[in-house]
Amino acid sequence: MKRSLLVLVAALMLTVGLIGCSGEKKDDAPAKKETSEKAAPVSAKTILLGVPGAHSGDLASYGLPTVEAAKLVVKAVNDAGGINGAQVVLSMQDDQCKPEFATNAAFKLVSDKATVVLGHICSGATKAALPIYKESNLVCMSPSATNPALTQSGDYPNFFRTIASDDAQAALASKFAMENLGLKNIAIIHDKGDYGKGFAEFAKKYVEESGSAKVALFEGVTPGAVDYSAVVQKIRASGADGVIFGGYHPEASKIVSQMRKKKMTVPFISDDGVKAKTFIDVAAAAAEGVYATGPRDITANPMYKVALEQYKASHEGEPGAFFFEAYSAAIALLKAIENSGSTDYDKIVEALRTHEVETPVGKIKFDSKGDAIGVGFSVYQVRNGEYVEVK
Amino acid sequence: MDYFLELFFSGLTRGSIYALIALGYTMVYGIIELINFAHGEIYMIGAFVGLTVAGILTSFGFPAASIMVMATMAAVVYAAAYGYTLEKIAYRPLRGAPRLSPLISAIGMSIFLQNYVMLSQTSDFLSFPSLTPEFGFLHKYSSMIGSSDFLIIVVAAVVMVALNLFIKFTRIGKAMRATAQNRKMAMLVGINVDQVISATFVIGSSLAAVGGVLIASHIGQINFFIGFIAGIKAFTAAVLGGIGSVPGAMLGGLLLGWTESFCTGYVSSDYEDVFAFALLVLILIFRPSGLLGKAPVQKV
Repeated sequence: MKRSLLVLVAALMLTVGLIGCSGEKKDDAPAKKETSEKAAPVSAKTILLGVPGAHSGDLASYGLPTVEAAKLVVKAVNDAGGINGAQVVLSMQDDQCKPEFATNAAFKLVSDKATVVLGHICSGATKAALPIYKESNLVCMSPSATNPALTQSGDYPNFFRTIASDDAQAALASKFAMENLGLKNIAIIHDKGDYGKGFAEFAKKYVEESGSAKVALFEGVTPGAVDYSAVVQKIRASGADGVIFGGYHPEASKIVSQMRKKKMTVPFISDDGVKAKTFIDVAAAAAEGVYATGPRDITANPMYKVALEQYKASHEGEPGAFFFEAYSAAIALLKAIENSGSTDYDKIVEALRTHEVETPVGKIKFDSKGDAIGVGFSVYQVRNGEYVEVK
Repeated sequence: MDYFLELFFSGLTRGSIYALIALGYTMVYGIIELINFAHGEIYMIGAFVGLTVAGILTSFGFPAASIMVMATMAAVVYAAAYGYTLEKIAYRPLRGAPRLSPLISAIGMSIFLQNYVMLSQTSDFLSFPSLTPEFGFLHKYSSMIGSSDFLIIVVAAVVMVALNLFIKFTRIGKAMRATAQNRKMAMLVGINVDQVISATFVIGSSLAAVGGVLIASHIGQINFFIGFIAGIKAFTAAVLGGIGSVPGAMLGGLLLGWTESFCTGYVSSDYEDVFAFALLVLILIFRPSGLLGKAPVQKV
């Protein structure tokens, strides 16, 4: 009895060890292969592009399109003779969007002497990895980390991104409200959710900082409540000459139609949760004249079509999340190396900030904090039942 | 003062809505001591039927007022049929079962109906046409009370008075009261209890359907999920007033509406639900059976 138990335990331990080993091997194998394809110490003849991100786990659908985009760009560049004669090599590192894995990935890339890094995907993972890149003077560009503090805190001069940050919308909406519409006393309403409240809080901050207007009212409403007339009365009583709303279209359409019913004609400005066709369908006549910010239309961009065709040539279906942002980031990084003619950190940063490059998300360069100038949002207005960009 | 009146009327509108739906909860509870959690979905179905009928009639070019009347009537008929069927298939077979079983059956029906409407209609929000005719005499007070608010308040008041008269003076009303008092005794004196229970469900569902169409026309949008929150609030109103008591449901609805409206106006709409449910807790601490509810007599 005792012996059989011992055998069982030993067998179990063995199996566990095996599972552990095989798991590790499986994870490491592709990365090792990719990096060791070329000579391990990166010579002047190769450029190592690190691609850390969520490649497995529940958030893999956000990370894998970036891998695809990087592969497509690198293939195109290498086929055309590389950058300044050097071939580009990729190094994928899976971080599953988890900060603790992100630091591992970062250490790996640093020790492999990556030239530049395209990633990470999630704001949390990016934040964990950035100090490591900063210490090693490594440029890191994310296609998808939208947390405002990453660029605005000024802590990470080595960080860049090709997506507009969460607060860019609020900045645009509040600037539009104050400068274009000339509002002086703005009521800011939100739906108490992360997205809506975040938007509203940034809008409040910008309105207060501007000095030219003040916040008449700052309040959350309960999504799904049967009636918002009390809030609408409160907006009226606050004497607001305009409303900024953070949230989604069901609440927005209720508030707007109750405002219009009570003969309040003040402008209503909202976010891309409201810039949807369903908003116009539901709010019907009340939607007319409503402003909303939304992502700039990039589908007319020739580079957008090139990227899409490249993807469609080798894949089924549509490219996934942040594909075009990642494609643009890969181009921006490689072009910066080409333009600076060197793999030196300072020169790459300099090139990113001074040279404009054509990418699927538009013609971009980067500001001193690392946000892409040229990407972002536009203001739209409902006119005759359709959202029209306000020029 | 104007601001106070504005909030008073907005609370009155909201409270009337709650009261209309709460009546269904309280009547069913009064008769068979079951909390019909699928009642909110009946309200939602009423609104959907109203939308369909309004859409058809609008395409034939009927005037708004007549569309409103016909859509409400159609919604009432449809919702009544739903209420009747609901009782028949989900509650009647469980009449003798422990009290928890029909309660779980009710939750199941609620989820079933929500998903059924979501799949057969759409999960998107739909626009509901404003069917309330404009009342000219209200123009002076349009900032305080709109035509649709006025209609809701008036209809709710009329319906409640009518319901009270119905329960007091008609045969079936008397039978309902008798059944509520003691089901077995009612059976012994020759009341068809099954019929009375069915009638209760039909009446409660009809009232919810009236509420559904009125609110949908007031706020201008519906989707498959509207029954959930309205149902929770109406249930709260019913408990507040004393579940099982018809005047209690009305009082509870209005009280809840005013609490929400005034606390939005004078404190912050962030805390609307906090105050509403704090009120509920407070009242239940001091009057465990609700404001107008009767404490159950413990039989020894």
